[in-house]
Amino acid sequence: MYKQVCFFALILLIAACGPNVDAPLPILGERDVAPNGDTIYRSIPKFAFVDQDSQLVNNATFEGKIYAVDFFFIHCPTICPKVKANGLRIYQKFLNDDRFMLLSHSIDTKNDTVAALKRHADKLNIDAKKWRFVTGARDSIFGIADDYFSIAKENPDAPGGFDHSGRIILVDKNRHVRAFCNGTDAEDTDRFIRDIERLLKEQFPAQK
Amino acid sequence: MQKILIFSLSLAIFLVFACDGNQYPSGARVYKATCANCHLDDGAGLGALIPPLANSDYLIQHRDQLACIVRYGLVDTILVNGIRYQEQMAGIPNLSEVQITNVLNYIGSNWGNKVPAFRLEEVRTSLQSCNSLPTQDTKTKQ
Repeated sequence: MYKQVCFFALILLIAACGPNVDAPLPILGERDVAPNGDTIYRSIPKFAFVDQDSQLVNNATFEGKIYAVDFFFIHCPTICPKVKANGLRIYQKFLNDDRFMLLSHSIDTKNDTVAALKRHADKLNIDAKKWRFVTGARDSIFGIADDYFSIAKENPDAPGGFDHSGRIILVDKNRHVRAFCNGTDAEDTDRFIRDIERLLKEQFPAQK
Repeated sequence: MQKILIFSLSLAIFLVFACDGNQYPSGARVYKATCANCHLDDGAGLGALIPPLANSDYLIQHRDQLACIVRYGLVDTILVNGIRYQEQMAGIPNLSEVQITNVLNYIGSNWGNKVPAFRLEEVRTSLQSCNSLPTQDTKTKQ
């Protein structure tokens, strides 16, 4: 009997974890139920930051688009270059697709000024309209990292002075987090690129 | 019987080294642990921020400075394959002379580089003259 249960559990697990490319990506995070019975999904709150061209970047910047998010700092001695390299692959892949953008938050708000971010983005030959590198109030940046299920905090003992994750997070048109990947891992990033394509298909059914 | 055994043993050892495709496994380990985060696994570097180690003319032109750069880092502007790089590189002071030799040999023999092999003696000599180089970060010098 025990063996049979295990067998069925295994079958179920395989079925549940198997690649189902047609299913929509899940909406990640806790959810609530409204008094009328609707499900309320967790969503990205209001934010306002400044990008490498001193332009305001807020929720309206990504209106009607899907976007990928990460947290970094320029003088990061550890994972950032790998995440940037994979981010650049995502950028190149969707360079001419106006439905998709990228947003990188600097967590080193003291050193990564607008001018420093500008220099950084220019050296990566990045189009500022497509990939926004933002800075802002320290607490706002650290706070919104939680909303994206990422990690960003100061830690004098960490290399470079900050703890942060190398996650790249995918947000849909409705400000819901739909997928993420380990930005230091090229294969995981490839899977993430396919997730972006799936989300584009789901949210822009009439186009392309 | 013994001959066959010795033959197969040497063949096995030969194959392990020949098929690995990597002459410097300990250099590879040092590279992965201390260099790959920034210069990336394939030595490609990153845009105009982090210079490539792959197909790099700098390795040939600045051979005698490489050991010092690994140990003490770099603050100067450098020119690699015609592109100017200005970002600061942190040194890795805790690498031994042997580790530096291994990692230089790993880099110098990979990704299109054909840098003649470094010997421990050469690296040791290079490291003794780091102070006279204008490119090192004086703050981290010991």
